[in-house]
Amino acid sequence: MKISTIQEILDAEVVCGEEFLDDEVHSACGSDMMSDVLAYVKDQAVLLTGLCNPQVIRTAEMMDMRCVVFVRSKCPTDEMIRLAKESDLVVLKTTKRMYEACGKLYLAGLGVSPTEAKAVN
Amino acid sequence: MDEAVRFHFVVDGEDFTSAGQASVQVKKNLRRLGIPPEVIRKISIAMYEGEINMVIHADGGEAEVLVYEDRIVMILTDRGPGIADVEKAMQEGYSTAPDNVRSLGFGAGMGLPNMKRYTDDMKIESVVGEGTTITMTVLLA
Ligand SMILES: Nc1ncnc2c1ncn2[C@@H]1O[C@H](COP(=O)(O)OP(=O)(O)OP(=O)(O)O)[C@@H](O)[C@H]1O
Ligand SMILES: [Mg+2]
Repeated sequence: MKISTIQEILDAEVVCGEEFLDDEVHSACGSDMMSDVLAYVKDQAVLLTGLCNPQVIRTAEMMDMRCVVFVRSKCPTDEMIRLAKESDLVVLKTTKRMYEACGKLYLAGLGVSPTEAKAVN
Repeated sequence: MDEAVRFHFVVDGEDFTSAGQASVQVKKNLRRLGIPPEVIRKISIAMYEGEINMVIHADGGEAEVLVYEDRIVMILTDRGPGIADVEKAMQEGYSTAPDNVRSLGFGAGMGLPNMKRYTDDMKIESVVGEGTTITMTVLLA
Protein backbone atom coordinates (compact mmCIF):
# COMPACT_ATOMS: atom_id res chain seq x y z
CA MET A 1 0.00 0.00 0.00
CA LYS A 2 1.24 3.48 -0.76
CA ILE A 3 1.66 5.86 2.17
CA SER A 4 -0.64 8.24 0.29
CA THR A 5 -3.39 5.58 0.51
CA ILE A 6 -2.96 5.47 4.29
CA GLN A 7 -3.30 9.22 4.34
CA GLU A 8 -6.55 9.03 2.34
CA ILE A 9 -8.04 6.19 4.40
CA LEU A 10 -7.34 8.00 7.66
CA ASP A 11 -8.24 11.40 6.25
CA ALA A 12 -4.90 12.45 7.68
CA GLU A 13 -2.90 15.63 7.51
CA VAL A 14 0.66 15.29 6.20
CA VAL A 15 2.90 16.90 8.81
CA CYS A 16 6.15 16.16 6.97
CA GLY A 17 7.69 13.83 4.41
CA GLU A 18 5.39 14.71 1.45
CA GLU A 19 8.13 13.60 -0.91
CA PHE A 20 7.80 9.99 0.32
CA LEU A 21 4.02 9.61 0.00
CA ASP A 22 4.44 7.34 -3.01
CA ASP A 23 6.58 4.86 -1.08
CA GLU A 24 5.12 1.38 -0.59
CA VAL A 25 4.65 -0.10 2.87
CA HIS A 26 3.39 -3.60 3.66
CA SER A 27 2.59 -3.72 7.35
CA ALA A 28 1.85 -1.61 10.39
CA CYS A 29 1.60 -1.71 14.16
CA GLY A 30 -0.20 0.36 16.77
CA SER A 31 1.04 1.05 20.29
CA ASP A 32 1.50 3.72 22.92
CA MET A 33 4.28 1.70 24.55
CA MET A 34 7.61 2.20 22.80
CA SER A 35 9.00 -0.66 24.96
CA ASP A 36 6.60 -3.04 23.22
CA VAL A 37 7.35 -1.64 19.77
CA LEU A 38 11.06 -2.23 20.35
CA ALA A 39 10.51 -5.72 21.73
CA TYR A 40 7.77 -7.18 19.53
CA VAL A 41 7.72 -5.34 16.22
CA LYS A 42 9.58 -6.97 13.35
CA ASP A 43 9.46 -5.32 9.94
CA GLN A 44 6.42 -3.12 10.26
CA ALA A 45 6.99 0.10 8.36
CA VAL A 46 4.19 2.15 9.90
CA LEU A 47 3.66 3.02 13.56
CA LEU A 48 0.31 4.33 14.78
CA THR A 49 0.46 5.87 18.23
CA GLY A 50 -1.30 8.11 20.68
CA LEU A 51 1.94 8.93 22.46
CA CYS A 52 3.49 12.29 21.69
CA ASN A 53 7.19 12.67 22.51
CA PRO A 54 10.51 12.64 20.62
CA GLN A 55 11.09 8.97 21.54
CA VAL A 56 8.25 8.01 19.19
CA ILE A 57 10.23 9.41 16.27
CA ARG A 58 13.52 7.96 17.53
CA THR A 59 11.94 4.55 18.08
CA ALA A 60 10.57 4.58 14.52
CA GLU A 61 14.00 5.58 13.23
CA MET A 62 15.74 2.79 15.19
CA MET A 63 13.28 0.25 13.79
CA ASP A 64 13.82 1.44 10.18
CA MET A 65 10.18 2.47 9.88
CA ARG A 66 8.89 4.76 7.11
CA CYS A 67 5.85 6.44 8.59
CA VAL A 68 4.44 7.53 11.96
CA VAL A 69 0.72 8.25 12.34
CA PHE A 70 -0.41 10.27 15.34
CA VAL A 71 -3.98 9.37 16.25
CA ARG A 72 -6.56 11.47 18.16
CA SER A 73 -4.97 14.62 16.69
CA LYS A 74 -1.96 14.20 18.95
CA CYS A 75 0.21 17.05 17.82
CA PRO A 76 3.88 16.48 17.06
CA THR A 77 6.09 19.31 18.35
CA ASP A 78 8.51 21.29 16.16
CA GLU A 79 11.38 19.33 17.69
CA MET A 80 9.71 16.04 16.70
CA ILE A 81 9.08 17.28 13.17
CA ARG A 82 12.73 18.29 12.89
CA LEU A 83 13.82 14.80 14.01
CA ALA A 84 11.42 13.14 11.59
CA LYS A 85 12.71 15.20 8.68
CA GLU A 86 16.29 14.28 9.53
CA SER A 87 15.30 10.61 9.39
CA ASP A 88 13.25 10.90 6.16
CA LEU A 89 10.12 9.78 8.01
CA VAL A 90 6.61 10.60 6.88
CA VAL A 91 4.53 11.98 9.74
CA LEU A 92 0.74 11.90 9.48
CA LYS A 93 -1.85 13.20 11.91
CA THR A 94 -5.44 11.98 12.04
CA THR A 95 -8.43 12.84 14.20
CA LYS A 96 -9.40 9.15 14.30
CA ARG A 97 -8.81 7.11 17.42
CA MET A 98 -6.37 4.23 17.61
CA TYR A 99 -8.96 1.44 17.28
CA GLU A 100 -10.68 2.94 14.28
CA ALA A 101 -7.47 3.98 12.53
CA CYS A 102 -5.91 0.51 12.89
CA GLY A 103 -9.16 -1.20 11.93
CA LYS A 104 -9.57 0.82 8.74
CA LEU A 105 -6.02 0.12 7.59
CA TYR A 106 -6.28 -3.57 8.44
CA LEU A 107 -9.53 -3.89 6.50
CA ALA A 108 -7.89 -2.18 3.53
CA GLY A 109 -5.23 -4.92 3.49
CA LEU A 110 -2.41 -3.44 5.54
CA GLY A 111 -1.40 -6.43 7.67
CA VAL A 112 0.75 -6.89 10.72
CA SER A 113 3.73 -8.56 9.07
CA PRO A 114 5.17 -8.72 5.55
CA THR A 115 4.54 -12.48 5.40
CA GLU A 116 0.92 -12.02 6.31
CA ALA A 117 0.58 -9.18 3.82
CA LYS A 118 1.73 -11.56 1.11
CA ALA A 119 -0.86 -14.15 2.17
CA VAL A 120 -3.63 -11.53 1.92
CA ASN A 121 -2.67 -10.36 -1.57
CA MET B 1 44.64 -5.17 19.20
CA ASP B 2 43.34 -4.06 15.81
CA GLU B 3 42.59 -0.38 15.28
CA ALA B 4 39.01 0.64 16.05
CA VAL B 5 36.84 3.53 14.94
CA ARG B 6 35.56 5.04 18.17
CA PHE B 7 32.47 7.11 18.97
CA HIS B 8 31.90 8.61 22.39
CA PHE B 9 28.77 10.25 23.80
CA VAL B 10 27.71 11.80 27.07
CA VAL B 11 24.11 10.82 27.77
CA ASP B 12 22.23 13.57 29.59
CA GLY B 13 20.10 12.26 32.43
CA GLU B 14 18.30 15.53 33.17
CA ASP B 15 16.29 15.87 30.02
CA PHE B 16 14.16 12.96 28.85
CA THR B 17 13.33 14.64 25.53
CA SER B 18 16.94 14.16 24.42
CA ALA B 19 17.04 10.45 25.37
CA GLY B 20 18.00 8.39 22.35
CA GLN B 21 20.06 11.12 20.68
CA ALA B 22 23.31 9.18 20.92
CA SER B 23 21.75 6.09 19.34
CA VAL B 24 20.38 8.10 16.42
CA GLN B 25 23.86 9.55 15.86
CA VAL B 26 25.51 6.12 16.09
CA LYS B 27 23.10 4.81 13.48
CA LYS B 28 24.05 7.65 11.13
CA ASN B 29 27.77 7.08 11.71
CA LEU B 30 27.51 3.34 11.07
CA ARG B 31 25.62 3.99 7.85
CA ARG B 32 28.38 6.28 6.72
CA LEU B 33 30.91 3.52 7.47
CA GLY B 34 28.97 1.19 5.19
CA ILE B 35 27.98 -1.32 7.90
CA PRO B 36 25.23 -3.68 6.61
CA PRO B 37 21.65 -2.53 7.44
CA GLU B 38 20.76 -5.75 9.36
CA VAL B 39 23.75 -5.19 11.63
CA ILE B 40 22.96 -1.51 12.08
CA ARG B 41 19.42 -2.37 13.07
CA LYS B 42 20.56 -4.77 15.81
CA ILE B 43 23.02 -2.25 17.18
CA SER B 44 20.52 0.60 16.99
CA ILE B 45 17.85 -1.24 18.96
CA ALA B 46 20.27 -2.58 21.59
CA MET B 47 21.98 0.76 22.08
CA TYR B 48 18.72 2.71 22.17
CA GLU B 49 17.31 0.44 24.89
CA GLY B 50 20.53 0.84 26.86
CA GLU B 51 20.59 4.59 26.40
CA ILE B 52 16.97 4.97 27.51
CA ASN B 53 17.76 2.81 30.56
CA MET B 54 20.64 5.10 31.53
CA VAL B 55 18.31 8.10 31.35
CA ILE B 56 15.32 6.65 33.19
CA HIS B 57 17.12 4.47 35.75
CA ALA B 58 20.56 6.03 36.25
CA ASP B 59 20.45 9.82 35.61
CA GLY B 60 22.46 9.46 32.45
CA GLY B 61 25.94 8.18 31.72
CA GLU B 62 28.36 7.62 28.90
CA ALA B 63 28.28 5.56 25.75
CA GLU B 64 31.23 4.35 23.77
CA VAL B 65 30.97 2.52 20.47
CA LEU B 66 34.01 0.76 19.01
CA VAL B 67 33.93 -0.44 15.43
CA TYR B 68 36.46 -3.18 14.70
CA GLU B 69 36.91 -5.07 11.47
CA ASP B 70 35.01 -8.13 12.73
CA ARG B 71 32.74 -6.73 15.45
CA ILE B 72 31.12 -3.69 17.00
CA VAL B 73 31.33 -3.19 20.75
CA MET B 74 29.05 -0.87 22.74
CA ILE B 75 30.00 0.09 26.28
CA LEU B 76 27.39 1.92 28.36
CA THR B 77 28.58 3.23 31.71
CA ASP B 78 26.64 5.02 34.39
CA ARG B 79 27.03 6.05 38.03
CA GLY B 80 23.42 5.33 38.87
CA PRO B 81 21.96 3.17 41.65
CA GLY B 82 23.21 -0.11 40.18
CA ILE B 83 21.18 -3.28 39.68
CA ALA B 84 20.82 -5.39 42.83
CA ASP B 85 19.62 -8.57 41.14
CA VAL B 86 20.83 -8.74 37.54
CA GLU B 87 19.20 -12.10 36.89
CA LYS B 88 15.82 -10.73 37.93
CA ALA B 89 16.33 -7.54 35.89
CA MET B 90 16.98 -9.71 32.83
CA GLN B 91 13.54 -11.33 33.10
CA GLU B 92 10.92 -10.14 30.61
CA GLY B 93 8.37 -7.95 32.33
CA TYR B 94 10.51 -7.07 35.35
CA SER B 95 10.60 -3.31 35.78
CA THR B 96 11.05 -0.85 38.60
CA ALA B 97 10.07 2.06 36.37
CA PRO B 98 7.62 4.48 38.03
CA ASP B 99 4.28 5.41 36.44
CA ASN B 100 5.60 8.64 34.96
CA VAL B 101 8.09 6.60 32.90
CA ARG B 102 5.26 4.39 31.71
CA SER B 103 3.32 7.43 30.55
CA LEU B 104 6.36 8.29 28.42
CA GLY B 105 6.04 4.94 26.61
CA PHE B 106 8.66 2.92 28.50
CA GLY B 107 8.87 0.66 31.53
CA ALA B 108 7.53 -2.68 30.30
CA GLY B 109 10.60 -4.55 31.52
CA MET B 110 11.56 -5.56 28.00
CA GLY B 111 14.73 -3.56 27.43
CA LEU B 112 17.47 -5.75 28.90
CA PRO B 113 16.12 -9.02 27.38
CA ASN B 114 15.80 -7.18 24.05
CA MET B 115 19.42 -5.99 24.26
CA LYS B 116 20.52 -9.57 24.82
CA ARG B 117 18.38 -10.80 21.94
CA TYR B 118 19.86 -8.38 19.43
CA THR B 119 23.51 -8.79 20.39
CA ASP B 120 25.93 -11.71 20.18
CA ASP B 121 27.31 -11.09 23.65
CA MET B 122 26.18 -8.98 26.59
CA LYS B 123 27.87 -8.50 29.92
CA ILE B 124 26.40 -6.56 32.85
CA GLU B 125 28.68 -5.35 35.62
CA SER B 126 26.80 -3.56 38.34
CA VAL B 127 27.53 -2.49 41.89
CA VAL B 128 24.68 -1.17 44.01
CA GLY B 129 25.32 2.46 44.91
CA GLU B 130 28.14 2.79 42.38
CA GLY B 131 26.76 2.18 38.93
CA THR B 132 26.41 -0.12 35.98
CA THR B 133 28.50 -0.96 32.94
CA ILE B 134 26.92 -2.91 30.12
CA THR B 135 29.14 -4.21 27.34
CA MET B 136 27.47 -5.52 24.19
CA THR B 137 29.11 -7.03 21.14
CA VAL B 138 27.65 -7.58 17.68
CA LEU B 139 29.72 -9.66 15.28
CA LEU B 140 30.15 -8.53 11.70
CA ALA B 141 29.71 -11.02 8.85
N1 LIG C 1 21.40 1.39 33.89
C1 LIG C 1 20.61 0.93 34.88
N2 LIG C 1 20.81 1.34 36.17
C2 LIG C 1 20.03 0.90 37.16
N3 LIG C 1 19.03 0.00 36.99
C3 LIG C 1 18.78 -0.43 35.76
C4 LIG C 1 19.56 -0.01 34.63
N4 LIG C 1 19.10 -0.63 33.53
C5 LIG C 1 18.08 -1.42 33.93
N5 LIG C 1 17.89 -1.31 35.27
C6 LIG C 1 16.90 -2.04 36.10
O1 LIG C 1 16.52 -3.22 35.41
C7 LIG C 1 15.11 -3.20 35.21
C8 LIG C 1 14.79 -3.88 33.89
O2 LIG C 1 15.31 -3.10 32.80
P1 LIG C 1 14.61 -3.20 31.38
O3 LIG C 1 15.31 -2.30 30.44
O4 LIG C 1 14.53 -4.64 31.02
O5 LIG C 1 13.13 -2.69 31.66
P2 LIG C 1 12.60 -1.20 31.86
O6 LIG C 1 13.65 -0.23 31.47
O7 LIG C 1 12.08 -1.09 33.24
O8 LIG C 1 11.39 -1.14 30.82
P3 LIG C 1 11.54 -1.10 29.19
O9 LIG C 1 12.96 -1.32 28.86
O10 LIG C 1 10.64 -2.17 28.69
O11 LIG C 1 11.07 0.26 28.80
C9 LIG C 1 14.71 -1.76 35.28
O12 LIG C 1 13.35 -1.56 35.59
C10 LIG C 1 15.65 -1.24 36.37
O13 LIG C 1 15.18 -1.63 37.64
MG1 LIG D 1 14.59 -0.41 29.59
